[in-house]
Formats: sequence, C-alpha cells, structure tokens
Amino acid sequence: MQWVNDIIQGILTGGLYALFACGLSLLFGVMKVINLAHGDLAVIGGYVALGVIAVTHVPVLWSFLIVVPIMAVLGYALQRTVIQAALNRSILTTLIVTFGLSVVIENGLLQFASANSHSLGVNNSIITSSFSIGSQIQVAYLLLLILVVAVVVILGLQYFLSASRYGRLIRAVADDQEAAQMSGVDYRHVFGIAAAIAFGTVALAGIASGLTSQFSPTTGTDTILLFAFAAVVIGGIGSLWGTLLGGIVLGVAQQIGSQINSSDGFLAGYIVFLAVLILRPQGLTGRRAQS
Amino acid sequence: MNGFSPSAPDEREGNGNPLLEVHDLTVHHGQLRALDHISLRVFPGEVYAIIGANGAGKSTLLRTIAGLHHPTEGTILFDGKNMTRVRPERRATGGIVMVPEGRRLFGSLTVEENLQVGATYARKGPWTIERVYELFGWMKDRRSQRSEQLSGGEQQSVAIGRALVANPRVLLLDELSLGLAPVIVQRIYAMLPQILATGLTVLLVEQDVSQALQVASHIQCLLEGRTTLEGRPEDVTPQQVEAAYFGLVGAAAPGGLGGIGPPEGAEFAPPESTEQLLCNGSTTSSRGS
Repeated sequence: MQWVNDIIQGILTGGLYALFACGLSLLFGVMKVINLAHGDLAVIGGYVALGVIAVTHVPVLWSFLIVVPIMAVLGYALQRTVIQAALNRSILTTLIVTFGLSVVIENGLLQFASANSHSLGVNNSIITSSFSIGSQIQVAYLLLLILVVAVVVILGLQYFLSASRYGRLIRAVADDQEAAQMSGVDYRHVFGIAAAIAFGTVALAGIASGLTSQFSPTTGTDTILLFAFAAVVIGGIGSLWGTLLGGIVLGVAQQIGSQINSSDGFLAGYIVFLAVLILRPQGLTGRRAQS
Repeated sequence: MNGFSPSAPDEREGNGNPLLEVHDLTVHHGQLRALDHISLRVFPGEVYAIIGANGAGKSTLLRTIAGLHHPTEGTILFDGKNMTRVRPERRATGGIVMVPEGRRLFGSLTVEENLQVGATYARKGPWTIERVYELFGWMKDRRSQRSEQLSGGEQQSVAIGRALVANPRVLLLDELSLGLAPVIVQRIYAMLPQILATGLTVLLVEQDVSQALQVASHIQCLLEGRTTLEGRPEDVTPQQVEAAYFGLVGAAAPGGLGGIGPPEGAEFAPPESTEQLLCNGSTTSSRGS
C-alpha cells in the first residue's frame, strides 16, 4: 500500500514537474534553444505574482490571469531582442546568452528582492486540504489541481500547434526557416509568438512553485531548471506528452527513492535521468534522431 | 567589367517596363566571388531561363533575388522598386516567390498544411488551394498525408503549389529537375503553360539545357559567375550554347547576340558533344532517379 501511495504522490508531483518543463520543451522543439534561464524566469513569474497580488489584491489562484500575459509579453520581447540576436550567430551562442541571462536574473533578484524565501499562500481551505483514499493515501487538492492544469496546458498547446494558424506556422518554421521565409513568413515573429506561449507556461510554473513550496532567487537554477531538464530528457525532447510522462517518471522515482532512504529522493530521480540518457537518449517517447 | 554586356536595343522593350531588373549584381560566398556583375531584365509574361553548369552561380543568383544572399554590389529592382535591402519574407509577400532547390517542404506538415502556410500571407490573385488541387489531380486525395512521405516528383508539385497559392508576380524556380527522373521533369514542365496562363512571370534556373530551351522565351547562360550568352532560344545555335555553357574559346561564331566573351582562364571543357548536351539531357541523367 505504501508503494501505491508513493506512485500516486509521484504522479501528483509529476504534474508540477511537467508544468516546469513544457516551456523548455516548446522552445527547444521550435527553435532549438536550450533556455538555461528557464528556471530563473519561472522565479520571476513567482515574484511578479507576489507583486500583482500585493498591488491588486487579486486572489492568489487567479493571479495567473495577470501574470501569464505579463510573462508572455516579456517572452516575446526577450525573443525578438536578446535570444534572436544569439540565434543569428549560432545555436551555441544561445546557450551562453541564456546562461548569462540566468546569472543576471539571479543576481538582480538577490540585489532587489533579497535572498529571503517567499511563497504564495492560499487562504482557501479547500485548496490547502486533502482527501484520503483508504487509510494511507492522502491526495492534496493543490497538487491535483496543478496536475490538472499541466494536462490542460499540454492539451491546449497540442491543439494550438496542430489546429491553429499560428500553430501551423510554428511547426513550419521549426521544419525549415528559409522555406518559411519564401512563403512570406517572418520567422522572427513566429519565434516571438512561440516564446510568448512558452513564457506563459513558465509563469504558471512559477506560480505553482510558489504555491507548493518556497522560492528564492536561486530556486530557478537549483530546482526548477534541473527538474524541467530531467523531465524533458526522460520524456523525449520536443514532445509535449513526453514531457508530461517525463515529469511523472521523475516524480515517481523521487518518491520511491525517498521511501527507500528519506534523503535519497533527488538522487533516485537523477539516477533514472542518467539511465534514460544512457539507455534511451532520445527519451521514452522520442524517435531516434534522423541522420 | 569583364565578359558579356547586354545588347543595347532589346526587342522585348515593346512589352512595357521590365518586372524584375538586376543591375551589376556581385555576390561573394566568403572569399569566393559567386556572381560577377550580373545583369538581367525580366519582362512580364516571360519565361526567363538561367542556364549553366554546376557552380556557375545560377542558384546564387536566384537566391539573391529572393533575398537569401546579400550582394556585395548591385541592385535588384522589382516593378521599379529597389528590393536590394528588403527582407526575404517581404519580397515574398510583395510578389517574388521562390520554389527552392530541393523542394524544401515542411516535412512534418501535411500536403494541405504546406499549401496553407503558402497561402497565409498571400497576395490577392487567381491561385487558391482548390485551384492547385485542380492543377495537380492527385493532390486532393492525398492532402492529409505528411509531405515527407511523398515521392520526389510529388514533393516538387507541392512545392510549386505552395508557391502558387501566394499568388506571386514572379515565380522563381530553382532547379526543378534536380534529383527527378526525366519523365517526371517533363510532366512538371508540361504544367508551365497552365501556370503562365494566369499571368505569372517565370524566372527559372535549370541545369538541363534542353529542358530550358524548350520552355524558355529568353535564356541567359552563366559561367563562373559571369554571363556568357543571352538571347531568345530560337536565335542561338547549339554551338553557341555549348561554347557559353563550357566556356570553349573560339568554338562559337562571333557576332549574333552581342558575342560571347570567353572568360579569363577558361579551359576547354571535356569533349561532350552538343548533341548530348541538348538532346538527351546528359548533364542531369547521371543524377536522375
């Protein structure tokens, strides 16, 4: 029964990790950018939520209505300026530039927001409570909500990419930028749209992070980026459903690991991550790289 | 300036102003000078063919007109407007649309989605996705197939369709015959009259000289980035074309279409007969599939 509980808790945590990861997966899938500032941007999302709540007194759970558009605009702006400039040079340059962005964000937050931890507290008693299945399994409503949000986000992204006009353009540009230009498509704008969407999900990740635990300026690289990376790699790079699966596998591995030894949860997650890299580098859902 | 200079009086002047004008275009790939002061004028309704051997600069010329290479010198005018510094996608929406070499379809997209992308920023005009389906009869039934699953000839048709739905004024065709069986190439070129009937102008690059001479109303031959021959297909002799194509010194009769300036340092090409060059498309047969 304990194992069943571990798996359920792991799946619930996996929803959070999938939410961390889908922006990373989207940016890589569309423009081959590995955004090393991904976690820090999620933390910015958390701070923006704090600010928005302080100013507008909007309920915490509804703060995303304001934070997501703010982050989306930031995403478009960053893409059209810094990231596009790096992309124009080379893919490797984007690694260095996003790493630099990460350092700047982290230290900027330390400077202006201090090293103190913050969290987004919910006063709604239903959300903070849990229900039990049988005698040993407790399901927290908040984690369940986050899992549902992750699934809805991935479903929505999948639908947007496959059925909408901009989704089609995003896939076309991901296939062949130059050919897209020949059809009159400004790929920089399309990249900007993709970044805006990715940053929208990053905002949700930041809020979810603040709801489930605390965040500080270093949370981005310490946990969010690492978990997002692990989820994306385990699931298969560029695949959104793979990202959900990867998040869940990571979550379950961590739960089972900490069951074996309470301090070994993260270690177990990274062992699974390494095992996938060695045994199935294309990820659980990924296709083999084409030569 | 070396080599060829366009013959001053042009019987095509009667067709009004040129739709596309290239003046003294020079393009470098790194240190290599791929195009050396190339000029051309394409009039409305023409099929203007650029011919030449591998590495002559044909594709570079087309890609520069489409905006994918930046010239070091020279200007590109489209309908009288200077396009030299305009971004590629703006040129496409302005009416210069290219079918790139090697098809370059969006492989993970279906046939129909490829056409929809082409139509997203289309100009107003006669071409719609339905009309493309009429032109290529097989296409509608297979519109939900991923384009990477199509054969080479089918992909080329989709690539042409994707360009047509943008309603270009000038259609740039880069090496349609590349990697395709001769019979497929014939079939694709047989579509050209139907495409031209909608008022398009075509500028094409072709290694298959016999194919180019069949369809073109005007040809220009490049060799090592310079123009070696220009004129109407009916006015040039096979000897002139051969000389211009391979850079044979003294092989062609002088005079005629402004003469052939042998490029500096040109060597005698391998002894390939004009018959071969012009009739059975031996320059492409080795790569046909």
